[in-house]
Amino acid sequence: MSTIVPENDAEIRKQDSICTNETQIQHPSWYNLKYLVVGILFGIVFVKAEIISWFRIQEMFRLQSFHMYGVIGSAVVVGMVSVFLIKKFKIKTIYGEPVHFDNTPFNKGQIYGGLLFGFGWAITGACPGPLFAQIGTGATVTIITLLSAIAGTWVYGLLRNKLPH
Amino acid sequence: MIDWLKQPWPWYVAGPLIGLTVPTLLLIGNKRFGISSSLRHICAACLPAKIPYFQYDWKKEIWNLFFVFGIFLGGIIAVQCLANPLPVAVNPALAAELKTYGISNYDALIPIEIFNWPALLHPKGLILMVVGGFLVGFGTRYAGGCTSGHAITGLSNLQWTSLVATICFMVGGFIMANLILPLILSL
Repeated sequence: MSTIVPENDAEIRKQDSICTNETQIQHPSWYNLKYLVVGILFGIVFVKAEIISWFRIQEMFRLQSFHMYGVIGSAVVVGMVSVFLIKKFKIKTIYGEPVHFDNTPFNKGQIYGGLLFGFGWAITGACPGPLFAQIGTGATVTIITLLSAIAGTWVYGLLRNKLPH
Repeated sequence: MIDWLKQPWPWYVAGPLIGLTVPTLLLIGNKRFGISSSLRHICAACLPAKIPYFQYDWKKEIWNLFFVFGIFLGGIIAVQCLANPLPVAVNPALAAELKTYGISNYDALIPIEIFNWPALLHPKGLILMVVGGFLVGFGTRYAGGCTSGHAITGLSNLQWTSLVATICFMVGGFIMANLILPLILSL
């Protein structure tokens, strides 16, 4: 860790478009408990709406049920309206910071990686979030799926420079 | 009220609640809703192995690990307090197809006949759990996000690149579920 030049840290983190949350405010670590609470509520929704169900995912990819399309579609609509309102009215965070949005530049990984993730999603019936919730519901063998997903992430990091982007 | 909560929740309740996660995380700390990046932070924290992709200050992203640990706890709470006593209802066409692969237990949200510890010793279980999990981890990172980061957050922010990724997730899923998975389940 100590070998990192601080200026590079944000750049390396930004290689992953999804993790560029930058806040200038330093908080004590217990402030992170609010994310734990959001995660708990989110996990309950995941289970109760059966989004973590292998069966629901199979129905989705066989066009046998509207359920998952309804969930993802309405989530996107609510998210879109929320982001629009935050941008339009320049709503600030509860700490008074402006809300920061990043646009992801295109790279071929979104195609190749997207297809590979689609394969994995249909096999395991889980995207990364449901993996955590499935373990919570008592499906302990999902720990293996999660460890394998962590291994997949690690191998991606190892091979990143050799893969087409 | 509790009885109502114990039923499976309809999409028009769950979808908007999930959508509200996007502004909630933005407004309580400028965080971008994305789950698969937690796997990267776990790699960076546990086994960075001098790989440049993992050489960053993962502690700045620790909120994400609190969030996924919360999802795990939420799974426990939902099952302990709000469990649905009935078997999972599935489309009869799917049930008929799964029966031909020996899957007829709908007591859990995942088919316990194929997802269990002893099954790991067989090629089918290995492919379903180990290869499947690997593809999830490798693919999401290669794509730069998963269903939450691309399909929900990215589309909410009107990013066309996230639309490309989401379409590819769906195309991959359709190919696997309809063309390849039946072969795996027949093993």
